[in-house]
Amino acid sequence: MDLFYPLQAFVDWLIYGVLELSSDTMLGGAVNFFIFDSIKILILLAVIIFSISYIRTYLSPEKIRNILSRRFEFLGNMTASSIGIFTPFCSCSAVPLFIGFVESGVPLGVTFSYLIAAPLINEVAAALLWGMFGWQIALLYVASGWLISVFAGYILGKMKLEKYVEDYVWKIKMKNSQKQGKKNFRERSGEAISETKSIIKKVFPYVLIGIAIGALIHGYAPENLLAEIAGKGNLLAVPIAVLIGVPLYSNAAGVIPIVSSLMEKGLPLGTALAFMMSVVALSLPEMIILRKVLKIKLLAIYVAIVALAIIFTGYLFNLIL
Amino acid sequence: MGEKMKIKILGTGCPNCIELEKRTREAIKELGRKSEIEKITDIAKILSYGVMSTPALVVDEKVIFSGRVPSTKDIKKMLKGI
Repeated sequence: MDLFYPLQAFVDWLIYGVLELSSDTMLGGAVNFFIFDSIKILILLAVIIFSISYIRTYLSPEKIRNILSRRFEFLGNMTASSIGIFTPFCSCSAVPLFIGFVESGVPLGVTFSYLIAAPLINEVAAALLWGMFGWQIALLYVASGWLISVFAGYILGKMKLEKYVEDYVWKIKMKNSQKQGKKNFRERSGEAISETKSIIKKVFPYVLIGIAIGALIHGYAPENLLAEIAGKGNLLAVPIAVLIGVPLYSNAAGVIPIVSSLMEKGLPLGTALAFMMSVVALSLPEMIILRKVLKIKLLAIYVAIVALAIIFTGYLFNLIL
Repeated sequence: MGEKMKIKILGTGCPNCIELEKRTREAIKELGRKSEIEKITDIAKILSYGVMSTPALVVDEKVIFSGRVPSTKDIKKMLKGI
């Protein structure tokens, strides 16, 4: 049975019973769709962000660094990508994290796996995908994001690019972090709850706008609008979708509901997934921040490999699904 | 009490860091304490505190927390004991 059946029953009762809108009209359907989706996504966001934030209280960057500095290639890439799932980080932390990792002997490729996974596998995006496409697609997104980070980091590590890291990075000496004390269950959940509240407050307006635009497309855009121009037959569609995603950084919350409606109009899943990954993983501000520690050449290689991995994933899913 | 707290906000200047500074100032004001607030934006200096995720709050050279922006109420609670 669908987990959200009781919610749908409640919304049906509210819209068709209390407000007396007819389920046959466009308006009734659209209002029902909007309210049901908003509540469902709100619940998923709260549950997923809380769980991730709670797990994160066990994973301070200092601890992650200690775990990763003892790992070698490949196993290290896999560990780094897995940790990246649970630690979305503010892109302004990218520089101190990068230096801290490299300084303590975490291999460059492993550091990259973490830097790719942390923004790419985004909990808000996962919650929205679950809400709008089902858990299978959410899982597919997390799994392919994980694979991309593992392999992109591994390849970057194999290319021996250490000389393209800014020279001052190797000179910084970091002090061992001060112990911040053990936390109990109440403190951990308190932290997780305040984190959940602040993230939801930040993204939910975008979600609502996204769902509203999505509802309009759902109701008014012609069927098969995108099947012709952006269908599987058009090989350029995936790279173009990735390019469009770059300037839309940090707006995954608003973009996913719109993409969901575009898929109804013929946008293939692989293209849609590549687009969403590009929105979360490739952002201009983050590149500018990373430029502080990476020479232009390495930054370009980094961006190119991540972009290629995303494009490849898009083609792959278009091919097999 | 009454002694001046030396507070440092570690961060590279992102919105989170600015928010943390704002909340810390509020907390100090509500507590009625005297303090000296300094912003540390230099990466090498931030790392010299062993901090990798910003923003972080340092009071009298001790790292209180890093990588998050607690509510004003929580900051107040943490500063009370110092």
